[in-house]
Amino acid sequence: MSNLSNLPEIATQIRRDILRMVHAVNSGHPGGSLGCADYLTALYFHYMKHNPEAFEISGNEQDIFVLSNGHISPVYYSALARSGYFPVSELATFRKLNTRLQGHPTTHEGLPGVRVATGSLGQGLSVAVGFALQKKLDNDSSTVWTLTGDGELQEGQIWEAVMFAAHRKVDNLIVAVDFNQKQIDGTTGDVMGITELSSKFQAFGWTVLEMDGNDWDNIHQVIPQAQSQLGQGKPIVIIMKTEMGQGVDFMMGTHAWHGKAPNDEQLEKALNQLPVTTLGDY
Amino acid sequence: MKSFEILGNKDTRSGFGAGLLEAGKNNPNVVALCADLTGSLMMNDFQDQFPERFFQAGIAEANMMGVAAGLALGGKIPFTGTFANFSTGRVYDQIRQSIAYSDSNVKICASHAGLTLGEDGATHQILEDLGLMKMLPNMVVINPCDYNQTKAATIAIANHHGPVYLRFGRPKWPVFISEDTPFVIGKALMLSEGADVSIFATGHMVWKAIEAGHILAEKGISAEVINIHTIKPLDDDAVLASVLKTRCAVTAEEHQMNGGLGDSIAQLLSRKQPTPLEMVAVNDSFGESGKPEELLVKYGLDTVNIVEAAEKAIARKNG
Repeated sequence: MSNLSNLPEIATQIRRDILRMVHAVNSGHPGGSLGCADYLTALYFHYMKHNPEAFEISGNEQDIFVLSNGHISPVYYSALARSGYFPVSELATFRKLNTRLQGHPTTHEGLPGVRVATGSLGQGLSVAVGFALQKKLDNDSSTVWTLTGDGELQEGQIWEAVMFAAHRKVDNLIVAVDFNQKQIDGTTGDVMGITELSSKFQAFGWTVLEMDGNDWDNIHQVIPQAQSQLGQGKPIVIIMKTEMGQGVDFMMGTHAWHGKAPNDEQLEKALNQLPVTTLGDY
Repeated sequence: MKSFEILGNKDTRSGFGAGLLEAGKNNPNVVALCADLTGSLMMNDFQDQFPERFFQAGIAEANMMGVAAGLALGGKIPFTGTFANFSTGRVYDQIRQSIAYSDSNVKICASHAGLTLGEDGATHQILEDLGLMKMLPNMVVINPCDYNQTKAATIAIANHHGPVYLRFGRPKWPVFISEDTPFVIGKALMLSEGADVSIFATGHMVWKAIEAGHILAEKGISAEVINIHTIKPLDDDAVLASVLKTRCAVTAEEHQMNGGLGDSIAQLLSRKQPTPLEMVAVNDSFGESGKPEELLVKYGLDTVNIVEAAEKAIARKNG
């Protein structure tokens, strides 16, 4: 478990990794990855109880994380590598032929840290609920964490899972919604409004918390608050406001960088805003 | 042609229910999920005996498949239950990504498959499920033929690690496989040896194939009847050995001709041992309401159709 004071630097390194990974193959999803870098850093380097060296898919007696919005694989892979699941040097293989770091996460190539394939949206929450039920059956008191996009909430399966989790009192589950209000075709408001999100989850019987996912003070306030609500008969959701492209000024405030890689010049400009860390680039 | 004693008249879905209960007793990791069709799938006994291991998913099949995947990845052996239509086409992408591609140890158990669902009609009579499932890498596809075989298959798949599609049906059907017949995934079951034509049948059509074998015998034709309960992986050796002897074949299944058992066997024969082949299957059509037997007659899936197909295959061989 890293010190709280180290987390911002780790997040900066993860952002550098994200940019360099997508730039190297001129493809991938930097926008949402940058927005969620702080949250994944907080989970993998502080809040989750996990043992990267002894990874097994089943994850018994460990906290489990399921990335439902699999397209933000760059941030996921960087967090996994930097927290010890596989060599950091392997980040250089992202999206290349024969890589374990497929465009969207998969168990198929045996990458440690990944427990289920995601990418086709709306499925990860159901899988996370399944893991949570398994833990309950086995009297395993660890927590299941999952992250979904906000555009992803347009998938019907999400609401099937939301209904199911409340009905079954799946209270060992903390879901974060990456509330950046952007998706490929524009703002969520323009594409398909997902208004009154907190009320929607509340109406389904969930405990709802709101958090600024790019504000460390707020992160360290809300995540422990969510953890304190575990085991109380309700699933927990954190509506996590983030900025797509966070950390790179020209990538923020737009959905343009959802699935677009920076060119050489843009990469340099972006990396200049994210100073080299003591961890070093891969 | 060997004679088979009819041991009873039972639905294959009851065989599933009985097998599930036994699998649950054998292994505490076996869990079950159902999408509001517990009675139809005969899952009540499991639910009563192991309430903490039974998950009612409601009418939400996509979520059920995902939850099953999570349970499996965490170490459980989940059996999902709903009608074949809602077990496959409705949730194809969930099965593809969360189960097949993720190698989740989920047993997708599908009842009311095919025309013999009967009166509910074409919306529910899926005839494409074997094709959908067999195309998925990593998926085992099984279609047992009677109560006893369905029960044995259900127990067997609990001991097999990996995704499985198990297809069975609604109506009462002759039981003729003995209770002690071992069920081996991927191993065809020789029912009656013969010399003139091979009949490869699956599911409810196996009984029809046996009936056809007797009619053919009366006409002086020696049919070899083989039960292909596992469509994938196909028992290539058994199929090839049989056609090497008979040099012509018929397939019989309650499924579309496109993508079904016949299609798999045609693919094998054309690559390894070109052989005249006739297929008894639904020919690019949806079903409709009616009694199971009426529908099999109307859509050309009756005993007489197998007899005619066998005679045609023999004529082609000799022509």
